[in-house]
This record gives sequence, C-alpha cells and structure tokens, in this order.
Amino acid sequence: MEKEERAQLRNMIILILGLFLFWELAHLLVGDVALRSPRQTMQFLGGLMRTDVFWLHLADTLKAFAVALAIAVALGLLIGFALGLHRLSGDAMEPMLVALYSIPKITLYPIILLAFGVGISAKIAFGAIHGIIPVALFTLGAIRTIKPILIKTGRVLKLNPADMVRGILFPAAVPEIFTGIRVGFSLTLIGTVLGEMFAAQRGLGYLLMNAISLYNIDLIMAVTFLLVVLAASVNALLLAIDRRLHHG
Amino acid sequence: MSRLRLYQLAIVAGFILLLEALCLAGVIDKITMPPPHVIGRDLVNMILAGRYFGEIGKSLMNVLLAFAIAYVLGIVAGTILHGFKTVRDILDPLFATYYAIPVFAFYPLFIVIFGLGDGPQILIGILLAVVAVIVTTLNGLDRVPAVLKKTAQVNGLNPLQTALRITLPFCAPYLLTAAKLALAYAFIGVIGSEFIMARSGMGYEISYAYTNFDNATMYPLILMILLLSIAANSLLSYWERVLLDRRGQK
Repeated sequence: MEKEERAQLRNMIILILGLFLFWELAHLLVGDVALRSPRQTMQFLGGLMRTDVFWLHLADTLKAFAVALAIAVALGLLIGFALGLHRLSGDAMEPMLVALYSIPKITLYPIILLAFGVGISAKIAFGAIHGIIPVALFTLGAIRTIKPILIKTGRVLKLNPADMVRGILFPAAVPEIFTGIRVGFSLTLIGTVLGEMFAAQRGLGYLLMNAISLYNIDLIMAVTFLLVVLAASVNALLLAIDRRLHHG
Repeated sequence: MSRLRLYQLAIVAGFILLLEALCLAGVIDKITMPPPHVIGRDLVNMILAGRYFGEIGKSLMNVLLAFAIAYVLGIVAGTILHGFKTVRDILDPLFATYYAIPVFAFYPLFIVIFGLGDGPQILIGILLAVVAVIVTTLNGLDRVPAVLKKTAQVNGLNPLQTALRITLPFCAPYLLTAAKLALAYAFIGVIGSEFIMARSGMGYEISYAYTNFDNATMYPLILMILLLSIAANSLLSYWERVLLDRRGQK
C-alpha cells in the first residue's frame, strides 16, 4: 500500500512538472503577445493578492458558490431519494434527468437573469442548476443498488420512513452519494464562475471578463491559473476521500 | 414499457401546462417569459420563415467539427495510451480532475492567441469532449478479454490491425457512450463560447436577443438548442441500448 501511494505521489509530481513545462514551451512559442510565462503569472498573482479588491472578488465568488452548493446538494439529495424510493418515478425520470444533464445549460442563462435579475441570486441559481442533477443521479443510483436484504431488515424492524432513510438507506448509500457531491461540487463551481462571466459586477468570473475587454493578459492568466489550481486541488482532496469511502 | 412512456409524457405535458398556467395567470410576467404556446408558435414561424438558418447551420457545423476531431483524436489517443501503462498512470490524476477545471476560463486566452473566430470555439468544444472519449475508450479496452488478444497474437496481427479488427469493435458500446458524451460536450463548448464572446452563431444570437429584450427571438432559439441536444442525446442513448441488448448486457 505504502509503495503504491509513493508511486502515486511520484506520478502526480511528474504530471505537474510536465504541465508547467508545457506552459513554459507554449509561452516560448507564442510569445508575450498572448501568453505569460509561469513565473510572470505567479509574480502578477502575488501582486494581485496584496490588493484588497481581489479579496472582495474572491469572497463574493466563494459566498455565491457556497450557497449554490448547499442548494444543489439539498435539492439533489431530495430528488434522488424521492425517485430512488419510488420505482416507477425513478425509471421514468432517470433518462429525462440524463437528457437534461447533457443540455448546454448556458443557454438557460438569459432566462435565469430575467427571473432573478443581475446579481448574486442569479449566480447562485446558475451554479445550483449545474450541480443538482449529478447529485440527484448519483443518489438515485446509490439507492437503487442498495442490497435488498438491508431494506428487508429495516422492514422487519418496522422502521418508519424517516428512520429507514437515516438508519439504513443513507449510510448504505454514502460512498456513491459522496461521488455525486464531488461531481456536483466541480460543476457548481464552473456554473457559478460562468454566471459571473455574463452578468455580475463582482467575483472572479467578472474579473476575468473585465480582463478580456481590457486585453489584460496578466490578469487573464492569473485568474485562470487561480481558478484551475483552486478547482483541481479541492477535487483532488475530494477524490482521495471518495476512494477511501469506496474501499475503506 | 409503454406505461413508462405514458408516465414520462405526462410529466412533460404537466410541466408545460404548469408553465402555461403560471404565465397566463401572470405569476410569471410577460417580460420574463412568454407562455409556452407563444414560444412554440414563434419557433414554428421562425423555421417556416427560414430565419437564422445561417446562424444555426454555422453553430451546428462547428459542433460537428469539434465532435468529429475530438472523437477521432480521443479514440486514437486512448488506444495508444492503453499500451503505455506508465504514461497512463501519470496522466490518470489529470483525467480524474479534468472536468473540475473550468475549461471556459481558457476561452479568453484562445481568443487572444487565435483571434475572435470559429477556431477558439471549436477548440473549447474539442478540449471539453476529448478527455471523455479518451477515458471511455480506455475503459472499454480494459474489458477486452485476454482470449481475444491472444487470438490476435496467434494470427500475427500487428498492433494497428489488432486495434481495428479486434479490440475497437469489441468496445463498440463504449465507443457509442463516448460519442454521446463527446457530442454533448461539443455542444456545450461551442454554444457556450458563442455565448461568452462571438460575432455570430446561435449562442451569440441568444445573448444579442437578450440584450435587446427580444423574447420572441430568444425563447424559440433557446427551445431549439434544447430540443436539438436532447434529440441527439436520446438517439444515441437508444442506439446504445439496442447494441447492449444485442450483446445480452443490460
């Protein structure tokens, strides 16, 4: 086990070094007109982090994201459990949810803006609609695949529905549900930032959009780099927990 | 089965009726959303008049281009990668984290590098789609039974022949899943990019109509994109199920 973990760590380091090398080469190839080198980007990001405005933008994005994720997880679990417990509804709704999952949700953005107005609630709604369906689909799948004997045990013990969910269904489904939350986490973050790119006066997405219109390559690279590092590192952490839950 | 279809139909019909009722009752005001029957009528009129056909054709063309490139590239890369375990192990964490990365954040960079044309949009579509194809191809190749590989060896097939005649045909259901994912991602990538910043295309027209409060254009176009992507997805899902049924897998 230890040896395997060391190999994983080594692979991760090779991968990260490789990506930086690729970046450096791309910069050499394209030049300063369109790209900045890793070092320049870090330096600019360091400078950016010393300004107050940056932290306001970051805080705004994180706040919207946190609320969106809470909504996505709560609604996703609710839908997943409801459909998982009722066979016909689950069978009918699952392909429909899959189809909804595959649509370009970006096109719904104008509708959300019209409904919620420009501001934090539109961002939250846009983030949440990205995350709800994966959480619901994974939860639905998890409940479906619970061993029937566990459910029968619950019936024999005459558990009421609330105890059944709390005592049997939820614990048995936790690993799969966690996978759903991990996927939902990433998509909600993407949704929130996308929402900020279109219509917001604050947040990292707004900062990015603003940088484009000002042709500020330093800022574009710094914000993109920050978003990628943020998303990748949290996802790596969640992935590690996910694997432990599935094999533990 | 037919009971299931009926149930699904009832859910969709109920949802549309609910929207219609809410719109007519004024709970959803006219500026936010026209009632569904008006959207439907606008869509039919738009198609009959042939409006936006150029835009629609251009967007769909870019989606197909992104899909085709990502699909071929992904299958080739996946097949090659399957032979190099070390490289695969190194890239594995990248694949696992890939869809957590906001790929759209790279769109501005691509515009700066390639200019504001079709290129960056197609590139975003490819970037979103290709990894799903690689991962699904690898998944399928992992499941090729050893006996098939031995058969190829005994017959003295070279790696290319083995891939084309034995392993890839075995993976057909996986390749179909890959096609479904790739098409969905190509759609999201291209339309999304048009939405963020472009000079033409369906996504651009929708955001243009939005800025002009032109609901009579915006809603039918949104509906059309949703219908197109759902139709493509359902078609490929159906084909996938037929293929799996034929192989006795569920």
